[in-house]
Amino acid sequence: MNSFQEDTPSSPAGFFTSKIEEMVGWARKFSIFQYPFVTACCGMEYMSVACSHYDIDRFGAGLPRFSPRQSDVLMVVGTISHKMAPVLKKIYDQMTEPKWVVAFGVCTCTGGFYDNYATVMGIDTILPVDVYIPGCPPRPENVLDGLMKLQEKIQKQKQFT
Amino acid sequence: MGKILDRLKEKLGESLLASHEFRGDETVVVGREALLEVTRFLKTDSGLDFNILMDLTAVDYLTWGEARPRFEVVYHLYSLSKNHRVRIKVPVEEKDPVVPSLTTIWPAADWYEREVWDMFGIRFPGHPNLKRILMYEEFAGHPLRKDYPVTKRQPLIGPKN
Repeated sequence: MNSFQEDTPSSPAGFFTSKIEEMVGWARKFSIFQYPFVTACCGMEYMSVACSHYDIDRFGAGLPRFSPRQSDVLMVVGTISHKMAPVLKKIYDQMTEPKWVVAFGVCTCTGGFYDNYATVMGIDTILPVDVYIPGCPPRPENVLDGLMKLQEKIQKQKQFT
Repeated sequence: MGKILDRLKEKLGESLLASHEFRGDETVVVGREALLEVTRFLKTDSGLDFNILMDLTAVDYLTWGEARPRFEVVYHLYSLSKNHRVRIKVPVEEKDPVVPSLTTIWPAADWYEREVWDMFGIRFPGHPNLKRILMYEEFAGHPLRKDYPVTKRQPLIGPKN
């Protein structure tokens, strides 16, 4: 928001001026509908963040959607195996634009301590990732920090392409 | 000698290759020809009554450098009524990795045998549906064999690292 005019007797409703890009960015960053792609133990930490103690609803991200058609942030929470990788890719492809991807936990960032025949070495080998949240599992504060970085990124990006 | 081994030797002494006992854990080594006979006896004999197949797995002795069969399939049995256990080992040669299926005796053997086929490449004739259970069908080889290259990756999508 660029400017804001206080209520005055001459203009009881008040008004503000902005730019459409900033306005849309502001709306988008506070209405994050996540798709929680939960495969492993990080899911417990995700639930902790989502519940009332840490409460991601404060950031407008309180409504997880279990349909990729209705969601705009793909939260990949937990180890991705080579067997699961095509499923994850399909979910990503089904999401409508604009969409973002969060790698939640070190397994999704780099493969973590897994280096074996079964595990994908970081989901960025198959998807474009916007925010990496490392940790095994990440503390809820760390997740909130990642979420705010994502909001910052959404606000600053070009909204219409 | 424990009472389980005594009973087995009394009834099926000529079918047993070896047996030993360590701190109350009784183990018997059986050739694959005698496996069905021995396991059926263990399950149906009223004094033994092994009604649960606790575990079924395999071991690859490739790097042990001894003149012994490469694999061993291991069965752990438990009796709920008698509260006793026994372990059965079946040596398997590398050039003919085949052991009869125990699915007709304990239906629980179904998924265990699929897992041993998937991970070690040991086949179980008589199994109703012997296909991979953990890895994908496109996967080549058996990853828990000691000669599966530790760095070999077979991703379905993404870079072939």
